[in-house]
Amino acid sequence: MTTKLLTALLLGTSILGSAGVAYADDVTLNIESWRGDDLAIWKDKLIPAFEAKNPGIKVVFAPSAPTEYDAALGAKLAAGSAGDLITCRPFDKSLELFKKGNLADLSALPGMENFSAVAKSAWQTDDGKASFCVPMASVIHGFIYNKDAFDKLGIKVPETRDEFFAALDKIKADGTYIPMAMGTKDLWEAATMGYQNIGPNYWKGEDGRAALIKGDQKLTDKDWVAPYEELAKWKPYLGDGFEAQTYPDSQNLFTLGRAAIYPAGSWEIGLFNTQAQFKMGAFPPPVEKAGDTCYISDHTDIGMGLNAASKNVDAAKTFLSWVASPDFATIYANALPGFFSLNSSPVKMEDPLAQEFVSWRGKCKSTIRSTYQILSRGTPNLENETWVESANVINGTDTPEAAAKKLQTGLDSWYHPAK
Amino acid sequence: MAADIRPKRPFRWHIGIFLAPAVLVYTAIMILPLAGTLQLSLFRNIEQHQVFVGLENFRMLFGDPNWSVGFWNALRNNTWFFIIHMLVQNPIGVMLAALLSSPKLRFAAFYRTAIFVPTILSFVIVGFAWKLILSPLWGVAPHLMDLVGLKSLFTPWLGKEQYALTALSLISVWQFVGIPMMLIYAALLSIPEEVIEAAECDGITGLSQFWKIKLPLILPSIGIISILTFVGNFNAFDLIYTAQGALAGPNYSTDILGTFLYRAFFGFQLQVGDPNMGAAIATMMFLIILGGVCVYLFLVQTRLRRYQF
Repeated sequence: MTTKLLTALLLGTSILGSAGVAYADDVTLNIESWRGDDLAIWKDKLIPAFEAKNPGIKVVFAPSAPTEYDAALGAKLAAGSAGDLITCRPFDKSLELFKKGNLADLSALPGMENFSAVAKSAWQTDDGKASFCVPMASVIHGFIYNKDAFDKLGIKVPETRDEFFAALDKIKADGTYIPMAMGTKDLWEAATMGYQNIGPNYWKGEDGRAALIKGDQKLTDKDWVAPYEELAKWKPYLGDGFEAQTYPDSQNLFTLGRAAIYPAGSWEIGLFNTQAQFKMGAFPPPVEKAGDTCYISDHTDIGMGLNAASKNVDAAKTFLSWVASPDFATIYANALPGFFSLNSSPVKMEDPLAQEFVSWRGKCKSTIRSTYQILSRGTPNLENETWVESANVINGTDTPEAAAKKLQTGLDSWYHPAK
Repeated sequence: MAADIRPKRPFRWHIGIFLAPAVLVYTAIMILPLAGTLQLSLFRNIEQHQVFVGLENFRMLFGDPNWSVGFWNALRNNTWFFIIHMLVQNPIGVMLAALLSSPKLRFAAFYRTAIFVPTILSFVIVGFAWKLILSPLWGVAPHLMDLVGLKSLFTPWLGKEQYALTALSLISVWQFVGIPMMLIYAALLSIPEEVIEAAECDGITGLSQFWKIKLPLILPSIGIISILTFVGNFNAFDLIYTAQGALAGPNYSTDILGTFLYRAFFGFQLQVGDPNMGAAIATMMFLIILGGVCVYLFLVQTRLRRYQF
């Protein structure tokens, strides 16, 4: 059974491997991507904009399915049939490709200076010396709320944790709405929309994250357990049977207007705009006291690199410099509200909800998800364990302390930071 | 060959030629990958090179708590998955077959088809449909239970550590109960009329006829079904994956060997796949199944009495 599955997969990838070839008189660049959803945006907006400025270079966007992307790309790179431009997953998956020599070093690419250190961190070697992908977009965490519900119940947007829980209590007491739309069935909601959403305010964003990587802080420290303590308090505000509520269930609960608050990632904006019939607003994770510095998870999610074996290096570099330019950022961010440009020059966006999210960059400090860089390389995998434990904490099957201890023990078993 | 006049028996090429297609196909798609898996499990990727490490991967699988806890948990869950099938699926299958083979039953063909249909459904459909049926938000299960006043017994089964695996096992039973039913049904139909008539002459009818005459005659079929269930259950993966995802939540309570292998081999989310450890797990699955089948073949099958008519 397993062996048959393997054979089938291998055959499948070898067939896929021969798909990405195109012939033309001009230089033709092929883009490998998992973002099939963006096909129309690339074809109708981005590629024409580039080709108008750079005659003689043709660009073909050739996505494959997200779940197949990594395997298919690996097979194509090995066979030498991969496209010139490679859409980069953040952190280790791309780093591995760079180390194997599949991705070219782009540290000196014109346009790279447009990005901050945090933006570039997802596609750098651990020492930060070489960059190998141009950052394209990030996603920001926060809470999206039903404005109509808040107005009806006379709740103002919470800024502190006390106000946040007071608002939840009020919604629960009223009974019209489920206070918060989140489930633990799919596990990652609890970790990504829960722990990584509210966590940065406790561990002080980049400071805590860097200290964790250095080994100066542990997951069992107060700052890292506290988000779990808050998550445990969320339980009574979630819908009936939230243990079996899936991610699409949560989305539907909110967009149908049955829930008041949705712990969100900004990628929801596009979908919510088309589905929700009510006004929406957003607020960043509440801080402890009014006036405290706020921290947000502004997670680098997607980038683009150069296939080291490409025959059209110069044309590909021209394209990548354009991807690094504010022109690209403006088109991309407006076509995909919720995927924010990482470009340092501010991008004008039309969507009000997206504007709200991106405005937090001005008043809060940005960080990325704590488990993504370096810390999820070993077994047990910290990110996956965080999913499981976050769900356990909300379900009440693990105490916050027990969950943190499990995570730290797992991390200690393979991660030994140099002191 | 015609010129060969010595009285030597000619080499019988046709045997080899007739065997060749099956041998070649089976070797190419079964034996080679299997050997490849076994070989892969003895290597490890060290700095981009496959290095022979002997049984090191197995030592890690059983000696390192990061792996062994997951492995034993998966094996335990898998055993429970199998026990539920043996206790629920096969008795129900036998019972349905006995009912279907009753000559007095009307619409037997319809029932037979209806009960068999889930077996041919895709796992994805079954997993998704049951997820919806049991959904606390939009499912029909809470509503139906409310109608008969049992709402208080409803819990989000698939989301609770203590119930999720049993719930999934029962879903799998629902899907596959048609297979034992069909096999037993065929076995029951093949019992000669004379035997039944002789039993009736001796005054054995009804239920006691089933227990004393039919059941002993279909025991070999039940044995085959048990071994099919065993192999199927220890290779299971699809239903858990579609219903609970690769992390087999909540808290790994529905993790079986198949999902454990999947995570190790292909990786999941940020976990990078480790084909060598995956192959080690696949090898263990192979040995477990091989062991189970051997126990059946040598201890059970040889003792089953067969009746020739």
